[in-house]
Amino acid sequence: MSVMWTNALRATVCRHSERGYPDEVCGLLIGVMQGDEKIVREVMPVENAWEQVDERRRRFQIGPEVIAREERRAREAGMVLIGFYHSHPDSEPRPSETDRDFAWPTYSYIIQGVYKGIALDLKSWVLKDDRSGYNEERIIERG
Amino acid sequence: MAENVTILIPTALRQFAGGKEQVQLAGGTVGEVLGQLTGKYADLKKHLYNDSGQLRSFVNIYLNDEDIRYLRKDATPVASGDTVTIVPSIAGGAATMEDVELSADEIGRYSRHLIMPEVTLAGQKKLKQARVLLVGAGGLGAPLGLYLTAAGVGHIGIVDADVVDSSNLQRQVTYTTEDIGTSKLEAAKRRLIALNPYTDITTFETRLSSENALDIFKDYDIIVDGTDNFPTRYLVNDACVLLGKPNVYGSIFRFEGQVSIFYAKEGPCYRCLYPEPPPPGLVPSCAEGGVLGVLPGIVGALQAAETLKLILGIGDPLVGRLLRFDALKMQFREYKLRKDPTCPICGEHTTIHHLIDYDEFCGITPGPEVNLEAQWEIAPRELKQRLDTGEHIVIVDVREPHEWALGTIKEPDVRFIPLGDVPARMHELDSADEIVLQCRSGVRSAKALGILKDAGFRKLKNLTGGILAWSDDVDPSLPKY
Repeated sequence: MSVMWTNALRATVCRHSERGYPDEVCGLLIGVMQGDEKIVREVMPVENAWEQVDERRRRFQIGPEVIAREERRAREAGMVLIGFYHSHPDSEPRPSETDRDFAWPTYSYIIQGVYKGIALDLKSWVLKDDRSGYNEERIIERG
Repeated sequence: MAENVTILIPTALRQFAGGKEQVQLAGGTVGEVLGQLTGKYADLKKHLYNDSGQLRSFVNIYLNDEDIRYLRKDATPVASGDTVTIVPSIAGGAATMEDVELSADEIGRYSRHLIMPEVTLAGQKKLKQARVLLVGAGGLGAPLGLYLTAAGVGHIGIVDADVVDSSNLQRQVTYTTEDIGTSKLEAAKRRLIALNPYTDITTFETRLSSENALDIFKDYDIIVDGTDNFPTRYLVNDACVLLGKPNVYGSIFRFEGQVSIFYAKEGPCYRCLYPEPPPPGLVPSCAEGGVLGVLPGIVGALQAAETLKLILGIGDPLVGRLLRFDALKMQFREYKLRKDPTCPICGEHTTIHHLIDYDEFCGITPGPEVNLEAQWEIAPRELKQRLDTGEHIVIVDVREPHEWALGTIKEPDVRFIPLGDVPARMHELDSADEIVLQCRSGVRSAKALGILKDAGFRKLKNLTGGILAWSDDVDPSLPKY
């Protein structure tokens, strides 16, 4: 499996992560599946809905109503929900125990590391089918 | 039994459901239909349910347009033609700030937890990361502090402003005779650290108030209410609702206890159950009415169990349920609580958006004198001086008969009329006499004074501070209780 997207889409994630620092930011990845490739066509920043505001520096949440709405909208446009992105302020872009507790299979989880407000490394992860951990996905950037 | 219920499967789970977007199944409730689904597609189960068989947090089930959490959860009935939708919500976050490891010593210490499938190493780490605030270091705070510390909760905050009194030791098992006169928090911290040095104890030596509550609460995941008065209960409730935190509630009186979790996000709050406080003085506190020493041990341990379950995310929490315990009958009863849509703080149209003056809300005026003007009061020393000059003053002790056995004022003319008997027995008193009314602390005798005043008595005084003040100022041989 690999994720394919463009330079511009990656820049959207970087800028959103830097703007939101030191809080975590999050968003949806929408696109199409082509065989084993996930092609991201849209990056959609959404509000971090984690309810305890003071915990948003290390937690994010996207509510079910947002996901249901965007999944429907994607379907109508002939696309699917490919996954999500979120930022890890001042920590590496590796999924945490918390991420795994709440994770869904199949979806791509792109994580952007942001250090002192600057977006650096970015990785994509998919939950293993037995939920025991994650596999890292290759990210291919074009254009 | 509905024959034809549609389940919509989210993209992420379709590969575990034979690639299907929707499945038609039969069943009487949402739980049954989901049971059929996971029976048919076994691989779905581990993604929908956790190891203890509960729907994972962040798996949302909608019946048509409604979240079943707000209906009857798994027991929500379904009809033919209904649609059940599985909707993900996504959450997570950085780990490095709070990922914890357990040392070999801790693994040994918590081994009885670690071998349970509901806890395991992952659960024990959750306990270590958890931040729990205990409001009150008294009867309920004792088992709460001891068991939560022993269980390995990593961060415990305690709010209290009292010092240890000998009358605490009958139930507040954190303290020893040596601790009498020292600050409760100092003594508690010493005891808890000795029990488990891996727990970090933060003390707030202050009276919880509308000014400091939000600031203290904001750093904790769970608030546990171990207080004994109505203003603080409403304050704890409102601060928890405003901050979106669960309030593990317990209360005790004589032989009876109550436990619940007030968590406005998922169920009712304390105000949904009790919109208004009782009139001041109607419901006596433990100090006024007494409490069986072991009762807070039982109720506080129940609160501790609920707190651990919330942290671990296991079992059925007491949200929307009130558990009542009667030690005399040795009986537990459970009552369903409903969220009140008109609740002023967690209902549909809220009118409370910040903390208020809770003493005023509960009708409590400052000072113990319950609305008596100074002319109706007499201080213990003044009464003693007048008695010593040979003046004839009738002292009426309005306490209950079992309290008389604990000691009485030793003066020539003391009469015993319990408060409840005052209306029927006031003819035994002569309104021409100087009368001083007296009880333990001066509250009940003030009420008795009101009754006699209404009946036309005028030469009345209330002994300020009751037996307690008499013992302090006049006769130290009289025991305080």
